[in-house]
Amino acid sequence: MNPLAKIGATFLAFLAGTGRLVMFAGAVVGQAVTPTYYPRHILKQFIEIGYYSLPVVGLTTLFSGMVLALQSYTGFARFSAEGAVATVVVLSMTRELGPVLAGLMVAGRVGAAMAAEIGTMRVTEQIDALTTLSTNPFKYLIAPRVIAATVSLPILVLIGDIVGVFGGYVVSTYKLGFNPSNYIQSTVEYLEFMDVVSGLVKAAVFGFIIALMGCYHGYNSGRGAQGVGAATTNAVVSASILILVANYFLTEVFFSGGG
Amino acid sequence: MTEGTPKIALQNVHKSFGAKHVLRGVDLQVAKGESLVIIGGSGTGKSVALKCVLGLMEPEQGSIKIDGEEMVGVSRSERADAMRKFGMLFQGGALFDSLPVWENVAFGLIQSQGMPRRDARDAAREKLRQVGLGEEVIDLHPAELSGGMQKRVALARAIATAPEIIFFDEPTTGLDPIMADVINDLIVNCVRELGATALSITHDMASARKIADRIAMIHQGKIIWQGSVSEMENSGSPYVDQFIHGRAEGPIKMAIQDH
Repeated sequence: MNPLAKIGATFLAFLAGTGRLVMFAGAVVGQAVTPTYYPRHILKQFIEIGYYSLPVVGLTTLFSGMVLALQSYTGFARFSAEGAVATVVVLSMTRELGPVLAGLMVAGRVGAAMAAEIGTMRVTEQIDALTTLSTNPFKYLIAPRVIAATVSLPILVLIGDIVGVFGGYVVSTYKLGFNPSNYIQSTVEYLEFMDVVSGLVKAAVFGFIIALMGCYHGYNSGRGAQGVGAATTNAVVSASILILVANYFLTEVFFSGGG
Repeated sequence: MTEGTPKIALQNVHKSFGAKHVLRGVDLQVAKGESLVIIGGSGTGKSVALKCVLGLMEPEQGSIKIDGEEMVGVSRSERADAMRKFGMLFQGGALFDSLPVWENVAFGLIQSQGMPRRDARDAAREKLRQVGLGEEVIDLHPAELSGGMQKRVALARAIATAPEIIFFDEPTTGLDPIMADVINDLIVNCVRELGATALSITHDMASARKIADRIAMIHQGKIIWQGSVSEMENSGSPYVDQFIHGRAEGPIKMAIQDH
């Protein structure tokens, strides 16, 4: 086979896949903002995605904050800049680590579960059954998940930010011998409103990506257990990659002004 | 054929998947109040034909009319309106495993007819009684039921909204012969009580003989024979003879690959 034809075919398949995903996303957003709404389902998903992710996000950010204090201390001690530890911890947590780590952890936990659940519903004809019962599966299944994920991720990240900063504080004061009140003062001194807000906006985008990829791969799941398994893997991998790509571009948008 | 507009009319319906031409011009009419069963082997296109009538798939060519109204190429909302006339019993039941039995049965009443949940629960109890299930199953989840009970719940869900047309997809698959006969009896009774039109597909000849007023045989994407149950025994068609007697030898060569 002509190697150029292969490259072309792969490229076309990529474009077709992207197009399908964009059309799917458009349909989801369209259905999410128009009536009918399913508040019970949104609440249920909110608990599933937000509340039950708290331990995972809390532990991840706690230890990240702790290791961040330790690492930046050993680094900055080489040029006597230990005083910057608090600032480094709080800025890294709010701007980067909080949203990205929470996003990746929730992608693994929630994105996989969504793809598996919706994929199983596809395979067992439950999605067809919804349609025959005059219920739009986009409204009933997908929109509540996307809404709940987009709203709950920023809240999770806000909590994760606080836990992470607390982790840094604990290590700095108990292990590295910082003065607690000085540490807290330098934590808030250089922190700007925009640092936190940018992290929360990122979190909302990541939440949207996680639910979209989980639902997209589940909805288009192949047949049988193998199809659902592949959908689950694809949901987590694609959500994780898209989160990291989106993270770069969002950072560039927020801080291109030198912030 | 009876007088007036047929309840369901298919004309020259074609449907392909990639290079595979599954339906090659299906012509079929079902009169109001009639029970038509489509028989045929695996991969002959009978479930695709059913899904085209239901609107879960869109044929490339041809016309499908419900009550004389064209269904091919209509908008999503017009399609949803037509769906309200339908009830469907899926092959695997396709019960929603996140909902208790009564909510499964009452799903169409709550979601598409807007019945209050308390009334819907009573209505579900009544429908479950009709299919021979008692009070004790009402709060169970589908996974806690045996295959035969799941089929009964699925049947109760299919008839709950008192549909004008009920579709049965392999209603006896996966059941032991006695339970299969019980389900056949229930189907006959339910259809008669509602005065509904029924369109079924099956390869179970015992089931077909029991629930059909008229039988149509599909082979290689076309209806090759249709007539009453008694005519079927002396159809004169070698295809029908081979199928209803289940012989490996004959004009029908089994496709090895399912589509």
